[in-house]
Amino acid sequence: MAEKVMYAMYDDDDVLKDGAKKLVAKGVKIAEVFSPFPIHGIDPIIGIKNTRLGIMAFIYGITGTMLATYGMRFFMVEDWPMNIGGKPNFTYLDNILAFIPITFEFTVLCAAHGMAITYLLRNKTLPGMPAQNPDPRTTDDKFVMEIRLSENSDFSAEQLEGMIRETGMIELDQKDIK
Amino acid sequence: MHKEAAIREPLILGHKTYHDVTEDVCKPIEDKAPRMWYILFGIALIIGLYGVGSILYLLGTGIGVWGLNKTIGWAWDITNFVWWVGIGHAGTLISAVLLLFRQKWRMAINRSAEAMTIFAVFMAGLFPLIHMGRLWVGYWTLPLPNQFGSLWVNFNSPLLWDVFAISTYLSVSLVFWYIGLIPDFATIRDRAKKPLSKKMYSILAFGWSGRAKHWNRFELVSLVLAGLATPLVFSVHSIVSFDFATSVIPGWHTTIFPPYFVAGAVFSGFAMVQTLLLVMRKAMGLEAYIHTKHVEYMNIVIMVTGSIVGVAYLTELFVSWYSGVEYESYAFINRFSGPYWWAYWSMMTCNVISPQLMWFRPLRRSLLFTFIISIVVNIGMWFERYVIIVTSLHRDYLPSAWSMHYPSHIDIAIYVGTIGLFFTFFLLFARYFPVLALNEIKTILKSSGESYKNAPDHSHDNHSNH
Repeated sequence: MAEKVMYAMYDDDDVLKDGAKKLVAKGVKIAEVFSPFPIHGIDPIIGIKNTRLGIMAFIYGITGTMLATYGMRFFMVEDWPMNIGGKPNFTYLDNILAFIPITFEFTVLCAAHGMAITYLLRNKTLPGMPAQNPDPRTTDDKFVMEIRLSENSDFSAEQLEGMIRETGMIELDQKDIK
Repeated sequence: MHKEAAIREPLILGHKTYHDVTEDVCKPIEDKAPRMWYILFGIALIIGLYGVGSILYLLGTGIGVWGLNKTIGWAWDITNFVWWVGIGHAGTLISAVLLLFRQKWRMAINRSAEAMTIFAVFMAGLFPLIHMGRLWVGYWTLPLPNQFGSLWVNFNSPLLWDVFAISTYLSVSLVFWYIGLIPDFATIRDRAKKPLSKKMYSILAFGWSGRAKHWNRFELVSLVLAGLATPLVFSVHSIVSFDFATSVIPGWHTTIFPPYFVAGAVFSGFAMVQTLLLVMRKAMGLEAYIHTKHVEYMNIVIMVTGSIVGVAYLTELFVSWYSGVEYESYAFINRFSGPYWWAYWSMMTCNVISPQLMWFRPLRRSLLFTFIISIVVNIGMWFERYVIIVTSLHRDYLPSAWSMHYPSHIDIAIYVGTIGLFFTFFLLFARYFPVLALNEIKTILKSSGESYKNAPDHSHDNHSNH
């Protein structure tokens, strides 16, 4: 089913934010905002929840800590207890101080890369992906608000257009997408 | 919302709009490279290739082509390694630590400082690898199951800690840098006209769209990566210093090494950033973004870390005497009055005296003076590592084994070659990559841009709720 989408373009982030606030107050659902840089404070207005990537980073980090601990215990204590200068590794705790630097490094390694990979996958930004922004100017100095007609069944297309036009936008583009 | 104290100097000079920021950063990439770029690139490439040739010669012949001997088993190689790692500390410090401290002036310099970091760590990583002599068994440093029985790498050894620290640092810095680059590549992609560059930047931009949700994630990922990279920066050079500090060589066996090395690393890294940026801002016309205030901030960091390094030198001297250990005292007496006195005093002059000049405001705001000092500092920091490594080794417990280190031409060629390679990479970066974090700059344009800052507040009159 074809769907009508309106793209309202602004040339200032604050104008867009105020416009979004007014539209949302009237009950309009804003599907997406495209901007060349993060507009602080736009997320709660258009109903975007905060990302949970931070929790994932913590989980990846803890996984790294456990892997490093288990690995070093296996290598240095269980599999081949190395005797260095008469100071053998009988237990992991005997030598824990020497294991801290690598435990730390490995924790950071896992947390950082795990989070970065999750971030790229969740965003669906991967090498060679086609650009998804509706207008090339949104990575320069323009800000675009996307409003889908199907999500705003309370309003007719004309009503929506009228409301959007009052928000100080500079261009309005309508597209039919699948 | 977009307010900042009026007495703070603006970070972006002139009357810039969002579009101007894009133009200013993308123009040098889209235009033809100036002739000077080709000349510099040619010189750097030739020097770099000479270094690569020397490395190949060394790998084919053996470590004997270096000027090492049985007393001095570590000399220029490890000196260069520590020097490059040290230089590689500024980038992540600027982008991570200053991000956590919400220092907005970092935005003009973080991108190129991070690029510098990554290239410097590449150069650093070369030295331990070629020091193995047999580069192709470099993977033996990883804990891999192998055919030699249950033989694992030694996790008690600081040299192995180094393997983990440097590889984590390099890869995390690279990821941090690239995640910041993605939106900027998208800007270049959307402006590109030639099909080839459009294609290349599309691949590099990963299909970035600038959705609100993506920016939300972007900001959190930057913050968490900064939080992870901050202790990482400090840990890396601490671990490098453990290579020395955990040994029992007089002159190395010192507990102050970790903080002293970290301060020295930041000191030399910022100096390298100054050297590069002072030239880059001029050549690429970025004076409005990287101006005297940025240079002054960086000079203050150089002054503070230089002072920490100075205190560490004096503490070391004092403790060597106060310890009452004659070997320890001799190591230090030998440093400043032995055959390597000139290296010691070069280090003292460059690293202790020169940063103190930054107390004078006209000097730390002078671009020419800053440029000279930034080079002096890096010369001094190279001598610091040379002094620590070579003078501690060259006179050991047996006077019959005392020796001097004379670098061979291969020593010199590999060192100079890495400088050539470093500049080759940096010039390529400056040519094809956005050298300023342009989308980050746009976020501070309204709070720290000159034209917005000093303008009367008319644009926000309708914001009754602010």
